[in-house]
Amino acid sequence: MDFLQPTTLDAALALKAERPAAVPICGGTDLMVDINFDRERPEATMDLTRIDELGVIERGDDHVWIGAGVPYLQILAELAEDTPGLCMAARTVGSPQIRARGTLGGNLGTASPAGDALPPLVACGAVAEVASTERGRREIPVRDFIVRPRHSALEPDELIVRVRVPHARGPQQFGKVGQRNAMVISIASFGLAFDLEGRTVGTGIGSAGPVILDAPSAHAHVEETFGAAGLWDSGERMPDGVAKRFGELVGEAASPIDDVRGTARYRRHALAVLAARSITWAWEEHRQTKGSAA
Amino acid sequence: MKVVYTVNGERHEAEGVWPGASLLTVLRDNMGLPGSKNACEQGECGSCSVLMDGELVCACLVQAGQAEGRDIRTVEGLAGEGDGGVGDVQQAFLDAGAVQCGFCTPGLIVAVDHLLARDPAPTDEDLREELAGNLCRCTGYVKIIDAVHLAASRRAAGTAVTTTGSATPRP
Repeated sequence: MDFLQPTTLDAALALKAERPAAVPICGGTDLMVDINFDRERPEATMDLTRIDELGVIERGDDHVWIGAGVPYLQILAELAEDTPGLCMAARTVGSPQIRARGTLGGNLGTASPAGDALPPLVACGAVAEVASTERGRREIPVRDFIVRPRHSALEPDELIVRVRVPHARGPQQFGKVGQRNAMVISIASFGLAFDLEGRTVGTGIGSAGPVILDAPSAHAHVEETFGAAGLWDSGERMPDGVAKRFGELVGEAASPIDDVRGTARYRRHALAVLAARSITWAWEEHRQTKGSAA
Repeated sequence: MKVVYTVNGERHEAEGVWPGASLLTVLRDNMGLPGSKNACEQGECGSCSVLMDGELVCACLVQAGQAEGRDIRTVEGLAGEGDGGVGDVQQAFLDAGAVQCGFCTPGLIVAVDHLLARDPAPTDEDLREELAGNLCRCTGYVKIIDAVHLAASRRAAGTAVTTTGSATPRP
């Protein structure tokens, strides 16, 4: 096994073009486990932790760029206001040791539908920027990044550079069901993002399908109900049954399987509960902020 | 490959390291520092916790070359003076009865020292959260939490105990 350690992005992309089988490594929280257990023997690994550009957080007018190599601990420390949904998810990743090392680039590259950061990124419409020497940079919506479990839309000569996350345009929530409180892979997870300006709601469903899913019928239900009842303007309490129906539609949008962590039926139920709670909490948070602002 | 780290303030180098090896393997097998324990090798248990450039990490998940030139602090660096000397967090663990089989202890000592450096008086809730990556299957954690509070209160009172060890093992 060769160990490659480029110090600039250009050098890394040149190496990746030359050796497409080289596996990128940042926090090692997935790859090192596979190497330690003899499940993977890549012909080369490419350490990306020496590339400054990948470790940068950059704020734009209506979004924030998060470098693919920024660890969760730093996201939590710096972005609680900008991307609250992502931060709620970051807080549930592994343990302090894992959060010190794990990155968005790793979550995307590993392409597991159980990646904790992915549902909130899908819910708010985040976009990954990837690059190659030959074709330069291109953007892939996080929604489309996983094509099937453990396989991403990344070409063999490409690396993930950064992720563009829109500034929160309304309350966001994230919920995860696992077997205990810490150090746990999700059985089901759910991200929710209100866009109060666009009067829309976004969702992301994790661990309950081959890819991260969203629930268009649930979005439509909320958007229509809120519009008809004038809730976007009035900020009134949600009518009875809206949250429950939203949850049911999220559960129906999932495509779970039975596996060692849980049954498909349990996952749908858990998602219905998570989604109903999330929308209730998010809307109440909005009502309180609105109330205190008035 | 060859790697060079600064471990507990001293330069350590190792030759002939397999590139797929972890920082943990290099520390234990090449650098003669077996304090960090190898238990799960998947970042779940925290018994290999070390500080790398001041950050608490699982040494089993750091690829050997990634740590090149980095500043590593292991449990050996938290002991007291001399052979068998005991540092203040270690002493608190001993006094509180927080050690049973002892396998998780080195990782916990590193994690607790790191925690107290940032938060000298953590609440139960905070320290449970901060130590969530260090699993103990013996104690049920109650004595470990007692030990953290004991170490914290001794540091606050300026009465932290570090003992100097002798070459003679304890009876």
